[in-house]
Amino acid sequence: MTVEDRFPVGMRVLAVDDDPTCLKVLENLLRHCDYHVTTTGQAITALKLLRENKNKFDLVISDVHMPDMDGFKLLELVGLEMDLPVIMLSANSDHKAVMKGITHGACDYLLKPVRIEELKNIWQHVIRRRKIDCRDQNNAGYGDDGEKPRNGVGEGAQDSVVNGKHSKKRKDQIEEDDDDCEENGHGNEDSSTQKKPRVVWSVELHRKFVAAVNQLGIDKAVPKRILDLMNVEKLTRENVASHLQKYRLYLKRISSMANQQVNIAAAFGGKDVSYLHVGSLDALGDFHALSGSRQLAKPAFSSPQSGGVITRLNSPTGFSLSGLHSSGMIQLGHPQNSYSSVNDYGKLQLAALLGNPHRNLLPRMPPSSDLDQLRQNKPVSGTGELSPSFNDSTAFSVVPHQPTIIGGSTDGGVGSGSRSTSYLTVADSPLFLQGHQQRTVCEGSGQQSSVGMATLDTEPFDNGVGVLSHLPDHGRCNNTWQSTAPLTRYSTDPLPVGGPLNYDDLSSGDSRCQASSVNMLDVLGDINGNSKFSNFGSMANTSGQNMNMNYAPKKLEDHRLGYAQNPNVMFNSPPNSLLPNHGIVSMVNQNVNQSNAVCNRKVDMTSGGQSISGAPFHKQQSEVEKSVNNPMKLKEDYLVVHAKSQGGSNPSYCSSFDDLISQW
Amino acid sequence: MASAEITQLRRQAAYIKKSLFEQGYLDGQFLQLEELQDDTNPNFVEEVVTLFFKDSAKFIANIEAAVEKTPLDFKKLDAYMHKFKGSSSSIGALRVKNECTLFREYCQQGNGEGCLKTFQQIKKEHATLRKKLETYFQLLRQAGPYETATSSH
Repeated sequence: MTVEDRFPVGMRVLAVDDDPTCLKVLENLLRHCDYHVTTTGQAITALKLLRENKNKFDLVISDVHMPDMDGFKLLELVGLEMDLPVIMLSANSDHKAVMKGITHGACDYLLKPVRIEELKNIWQHVIRRRKIDCRDQNNAGYGDDGEKPRNGVGEGAQDSVVNGKHSKKRKDQIEEDDDDCEENGHGNEDSSTQKKPRVVWSVELHRKFVAAVNQLGIDKAVPKRILDLMNVEKLTRENVASHLQKYRLYLKRISSMANQQVNIAAAFGGKDVSYLHVGSLDALGDFHALSGSRQLAKPAFSSPQSGGVITRLNSPTGFSLSGLHSSGMIQLGHPQNSYSSVNDYGKLQLAALLGNPHRNLLPRMPPSSDLDQLRQNKPVSGTGELSPSFNDSTAFSVVPHQPTIIGGSTDGGVGSGSRSTSYLTVADSPLFLQGHQQRTVCEGSGQQSSVGMATLDTEPFDNGVGVLSHLPDHGRCNNTWQSTAPLTRYSTDPLPVGGPLNYDDLSSGDSRCQASSVNMLDVLGDINGNSKFSNFGSMANTSGQNMNMNYAPKKLEDHRLGYAQNPNVMFNSPPNSLLPNHGIVSMVNQNVNQSNAVCNRKVDMTSGGQSISGAPFHKQQSEVEKSVNNPMKLKEDYLVVHAKSQGGSNPSYCSSFDDLISQW
Repeated sequence: MASAEITQLRRQAAYIKKSLFEQGYLDGQFLQLEELQDDTNPNFVEEVVTLFFKDSAKFIANIEAAVEKTPLDFKKLDAYMHKFKGSSSSIGALRVKNECTLFREYCQQGNGEGCLKTFQQIKKEHATLRKKLETYFQLLRQAGPYETATSSH
């Protein structure tokens, strides 16, 4: 009788918590539930363990606040790479924190101190996921065989007492389902637990996937054809199908988040960036999705071509600068930026993966028209989306632009904190993102962008100023910008660049973007005054918004607001290259999203950033780096920053940021 | 050791525990920890508590250093306290946990005075709890392993 047969007995759990007391208690509680427990006090170690053997664990439980890596980031990475269910643990019962966990893809969010009753039920997440996967495979083209079992499985185990009875029944059901799945799907080894050999969707693989999807067109992308295009051995159609499904969901999420963000941003000034974080976990998938689904970006982009992009940026929605999100879509300037922070990770990664080579953050940019325009500007790579180079390659291939925009970098760079790479919004000022960004940024695949931004800009404001002027010139960007100018959003608060806002800010980004135009001017002033760092930070903060970019680590909370402000600044200061209006904005967004992870880190310094973005981003960066050649430094810095940010201590970030900048 | 003495020790320990609960120093979480203790893990609770106090000493030192600085870095303090709150809630240190919550509120308000005052309180509660638990465990250790079969309780 295998362990699986007695499931959930012997379920292999990996527990991660830097607090030894909590970890010990948790370990014991889990043992009492008859699970097989492995513990580690460090997220990095946890990732290592998971990577060594993906099939070694069934479930991961992780604390949210950890020094070496943000729990959310770990969450994203695990979801992305290993597709394991992750449960978050925290002493923080804040609604926002829980929401963040959800948007990052956590299966569950438990409050400390954890009770054994709650732990007795966690096995359902494993089953549920298995069922879904099985279903996905089955559905890859067909029906929903998996549906039934899953539903049945998912329902259960509400009550630990009941679980006992149900679990047996359910298990039987699962076994049946598993059998079905086996028949239908490939690679289902055990019947009861349904251990399918997991396909690891590495960056490379994901990139290929996205490229294939883009080539075919998201609507026409069918697993079989994707598989053929990818031409990867040992990859089955089912694998592709399930991945595609996730990708699509990811894209949808991004777009809806963008919309949501926009709305939210409008309503609140973009606080819910975290929402944007769509499921960063699926980032890989998402990315792919994003790339594929330009559609998402479209909405944002679709707006006036040149202006469209920019407008997007300006407007909350537009901001989503998909650039940041590798998913391309995100960029839209939606408050997504905030999202970007979280998602950006995914995105960035994605972008990194995808875009890295391209660096053109543009991915987001609406294909063609806008991009072309942008191209001209040269600033942001084409679509303004800057969305990290990532876009270029993969998803966003839509926009040929690539380019300059920070595209790749945007995300990367943006990470620094203000996703607000708002550069894009900044409009025309090509400064930003474009030229510099791209290069520098691209390196990091998004993350870079932020960094690049910082470094790039030696004349933060000058650019900004130029940007402003550009704006009118650009027409595209400008228009949007100027119109969006109602900085109202911006709220004077300095975007907590470094702060944790990153994620949140992103969402607010949308609103900010708008303001960005106005703020730009302010920003310019600020930027000049501020060190690059601050700008950068602000950028980072805004993660989506770009706004933050400029702000120096102001308050984290504020960074939303500041975000708006920052964006402007961002553009100006950092990458002068930022795409002029168009590009910039998009770039910013893109960068923001992408870079959020990266930037955030860096930027976080100011805001104390988004640990989330930092950590995962860092990782992503590495991935991206491979593809992009990002200066790894960024990542490292990022990590450093990230860690620091964890505590919400901006100061630490700042120093990291400085390091980052100096690197440049 | 005579069983009467053992009984006496245990009784004393039980008394301490009861008073800790009544005074709100401990809450249900502590009981849950005790439930986790069994033959395979006979000293679980003591181990966890020891670990907690070792860790918390560090926390307190960090916070102490942080509150010395001016201006106060509320974010950092908040972060420290958040972690401290998490671990104290894990062992059921109710009073300490509540003070942590209060501290964090002051942090969020930017109230330095409140923070300092609360911190002093935290240190006090923490010290009291530690002393009492030390005594508690000492008594239990003296009483020897809890033999349910032979226990007179």
